[in-house]
Parts: sequence; C-alpha cells; structure tokens
Amino acid sequence: MADPLILDGLTVHAGGKTLIEGVSTTLAPGQFTAIVGPNGAGKSTLLRALAGVAHAEGSMRLGDTDLRALRPIERARRIAYLPQSHELAWDMRVADMVALGRFAYGATPGRLGAADRAAVAQAMATAGCAEFADRIVTSLSGGEQALACFARVLAADTPVLLADEPAAALDPANQYRVLETLIGLARSGRTVVAVLHDLSLVAQFADAILWLGGGRLIAHGPATRDAFARHVPALFGREPAFAEDGSDALYFRRASSIQERSAPS
Amino acid sequence: MTTRVNLVLPALLLLAALLALTVGPDGVSPRLLADALAGTDPAASIILLDIRLPRILAAALVGAALGLCGAALQALTRNPLAEPGILGVSAAATLGATLTLYFGLAAVWSWALPLGAIGGALLVTALLASAAVRTQGMASLILIGVGLSSLCGAVMALILNFAPNPFSLSDLINWTLGSVANRSLADVATTAPLILIGCTLLASQRANLSLLSLGEAAAVAHGLDARRTRIAVIAGTGIATGTAVALAGAVGFVGIVAPHLVRPWTRHDPGRTLLPSAWLGALLLVLADLLVRLLPTQNELRLGVVAALAGAPIFTMIVLRRGRTAHG
Repeated sequence: MADPLILDGLTVHAGGKTLIEGVSTTLAPGQFTAIVGPNGAGKSTLLRALAGVAHAEGSMRLGDTDLRALRPIERARRIAYLPQSHELAWDMRVADMVALGRFAYGATPGRLGAADRAAVAQAMATAGCAEFADRIVTSLSGGEQALACFARVLAADTPVLLADEPAAALDPANQYRVLETLIGLARSGRTVVAVLHDLSLVAQFADAILWLGGGRLIAHGPATRDAFARHVPALFGREPAFAEDGSDALYFRRASSIQERSAPS
Repeated sequence: MTTRVNLVLPALLLLAALLALTVGPDGVSPRLLADALAGTDPAASIILLDIRLPRILAAALVGAALGLCGAALQALTRNPLAEPGILGVSAAATLGATLTLYFGLAAVWSWALPLGAIGGALLVTALLASAAVRTQGMASLILIGVGLSSLCGAVMALILNFAPNPFSLSDLINWTLGSVANRSLADVATTAPLILIGCTLLASQRANLSLLSLGEAAAVAHGLDARRTRIAVIAGTGIATGTAVALAGAVGFVGIVAPHLVRPWTRHDPGRTLLPSAWLGALLLVLADLLVRLLPTQNELRLGVVAALAGAPIFTMIVLRRGRTAHG
C-alpha cells in the first residue's frame, strides 16, 4: 500500500491574508477525495500548497517523507498536479506537451526513453486525446486542451495525483471519462485529490470529502448522504435533493419563487 | 527535424563565413584566400586575417549570443516578442558601456567597458524577470521593457548632453549604432570566452525552458526549480548580451527574428529552439555585415542600422499575426 498524505497545521498566507489556516488531516491512499467548498473557500490554494506551487507553513508528509524537504524534481516524482487553468504558451504538438509530464524522470520532448514513450502513449489513450496527438495545443478547444493537460499529468505516473476542477471545461462524456479514470487510479492504490464544484459528480465519484469553508477545514469524512445533508446547507445556503431511486445522484432545485418556464412559441 | 536544423544552419554559417572572407569590394577572390593561407602575400594576410576574419567572427559571436538570448528570454517570459533589444537589456548594456567611456574608465582599464555592459544587462534582465513573475500577459512585460529602454535612452541622452567634447560625442553615438568594423582578433579573443560562458549557461536551461511553456505553476509541479532557472537565464542573458554589446554596440532585432524563423523546424519547443536560434542569429549577422561591407555607401552603413531596418518590420508582422490569431 502506498503512503498516506499527512497534513499538520497547513497554513497559507498571501498578500497579507490568510487563505488556508491550520488544516490537519490525513489523505488515505486508494481513495478519491473531493475538496468541496464555496467560491473563495481556499480549495485551489490548498491544492497548490500540496503541489508545492504555493508557499505553505506547517507540515506535509508522504508517509515518513517530509515533502517540503524534497527538491522540486523529487517531489514531482511523488505528486502530480493539474492546475485549473492551462497556460500553453507555444504552438507545440499535443504529444510533445504531454511528454513534458516526464520531466521529473529526465525526459524532454526531444529525448524520450522507451518507458517515457510508453507512459506518454498510455496517458494519451486513457485521457482520450490520442486521436489528436499531432495537433497543435493552442489550436485545440478548451475541452481538448483540458484532456491533453490531463494526459500530461497522467504521464507523470505518480502515487499522488491532485487535480483542480478536472471536469470543468468538459462535455458530459469526457467529464465521466476523467472522473472514471481518477477513481480507477484511486482503486489502483494511488491517493487522488480533486477540487470539484459539481456536487452531483462528487456524490457519484468521491470516496471522501474534505469540506472547506473560509480557509478552514470544516470536516473530512466519507461522502455519505448524511454528510451532504449536514454540510451543503451550511456552506452553500441551499438544500440538496437526492434521487429517489437510491442512487448517488444529487441535485439542487431552483427557487420556487421563479415563474414557470413559458413554452417556445 | 531539430537535429537536421542543427546541421544545416552551422553548414550555412560556414559557407556564409567563407563567402564573407573571400568577397571584397572587387568581387569574389578565392585567390586572396589561397595566398593568405599559403602566406605568400602579406597584403592578403592583412586583409583576410586582420580585417575580414575578426569582423566575421565578431558578427557570428554577437549574432549567436543575441539569437540565443532572444530565444531564452522568450521561453522564460513565454512571450514571442521578448528580446534583449525590445526589453531594454541591450540599451542597459549600452548605457553601462557608455558610462565607462564617459568617466574614462574604459581608457584606463580594458575590462571596464565589457564589465559595465554586462552589469547594465544583468540589472535590467533581473528587473524584467521579477516583473515577469508579477505581471500577466505579454503586453505589460513588453511595456515594462519599453519603459526601461526609454529610461536607459534618457540617461544616454543626458550623457551625450554633457559630453565633454565633440570627439567623445561622436564616439558615444557610434557606439549606439552597433558595428563590428575595425575589430581585432584580440577583441574577439577577449570577448569570446564570456559570450561562450553566457551561452552555455542558457543552453543548460534547455529542458527547464521547455517545461516552462506550461506556465510556472504546472512547470513547478512537474519538478522545475523556478528560481534556479530564472537566475541562470538572467545571468546567461546578462553576460552574453552585455559582452555582445561590449564587442559590437547595440544591434537589435536579431533576438526576435532568429527564434521566430527557426520555430517551425523545432516543433515550437522552446528548449529545442535555443541552439538553432544561436546558429541562425550568427548566420543573419554575418550576412548582414557582408551586405554592409558591399553596399557602395559613402559612409559604411552600421550593422545595427541594417539589423533594425530588416528586423523591425518582422517584429511588427509577428505582432499583427498574433493579434489576428489571438481570438481563433
């Protein structure tokens, strides 16, 4: 079994503000944990701190390894991170951009070993971007770019995978493809953590939820109906509704004060 | 493809250098080359080895340094318009060099001028790199560069204003035009090691600059040591551009044109663009200097003037093309 990700008193300050305050918890391997909270709760900041992109205080360990003592390249072999926005600056081919995911193993797009090539091909097939491997990244649609970036993170082949809104730009088919991939990675023993806004996806896919509000950890526990019923109204000010067929589906009803839709004439 | 471009460009550079060595005001004279090599004609030796060869070497060194610096700065700032000239790095190097001329330091100590140029270049590159971290978008960074460039220009104007006599005034103006005429092999030998050090430092950042194409957050998460990369590119650019300016004065636009032209052959990978940009930068300046020598003008045209005349339209074209595709 892989090592758990252990956070102790994790705090992030930026611009004189405290964005994350004293988050202490353990993220278990083999689980898909969703980070859930309202806008501005600090979800992305928490993920950036875990990825080593934002400066954080407190302790972060992967099993016995102090993550903050690792060199960037050693850390990158353990933790992969998919940012929310994709800043693709040059007209590179998709396959070359995905190959950058192998940087921590000493590979570059022009110099890939057999293992790197296999990892890149596998990642592109899994993410569903193999068919546009030769296209130019800057010419892709937002959703295609998101899939290509997802492939790049998969190519890093790390025990921990962090994803910020991995489903945001995607059509429903690709949303489910990405989330099914993430849960598959969790089942293979990896620690998977994703910021997700779509609570119906959280309800269907997450094993556990890290509820975040105002930069603080409100709760961390299994993704049960009870947990949704308790935390969603408190954090979002809306009551969630659950499917009556006993499935995981969760949705919100619009306010009753809104007039009925008029039929198109 | 990248390997091929790294073979073709050096071969073309060699051909261009041979051409520049044999072509003079009287046309092509391979005989002169043969005589100089055989040592049978002292005049031929002087023309080729003391006049033409240092020029060619200086043009190649300066072109390679500026091409590579342009490619590295563009990769670091993720901005295709970044270049030592546009961003004010060359202007700061020119100012640094001019200050040593103005205060007479260059006359007493031969290293003062290159060190002044390198110091100026390092300072502005560091300012730009810290600005690049704080600003979003390519327009603001270019504007900061334009601001720094104008500031250096203003200080230069101040120096010219207070220049002690007309002789030093024309010295200073000549410096700002950029030229490799009348350079000696000793000039080249002094500056070549420094340019090589700067270029090696930049070339060592190949993989890091490729990774940086993902944006800093994703690059750091994939294992980039962002601080170290930034310092290496600043130091490399400062040393290489500063020394290039010390050798030839201010020559603009090579750093923007060379990477732009090689990118289709390097799959637009910033890391793989570095070396071909150096080769092409060298090739362009060797050819431009040959042109300068052959044009029958009353006063010899300055290399920096030709580079700007050819480079500025290409710069404008890149801006226009990017403006058109920005929404596509």
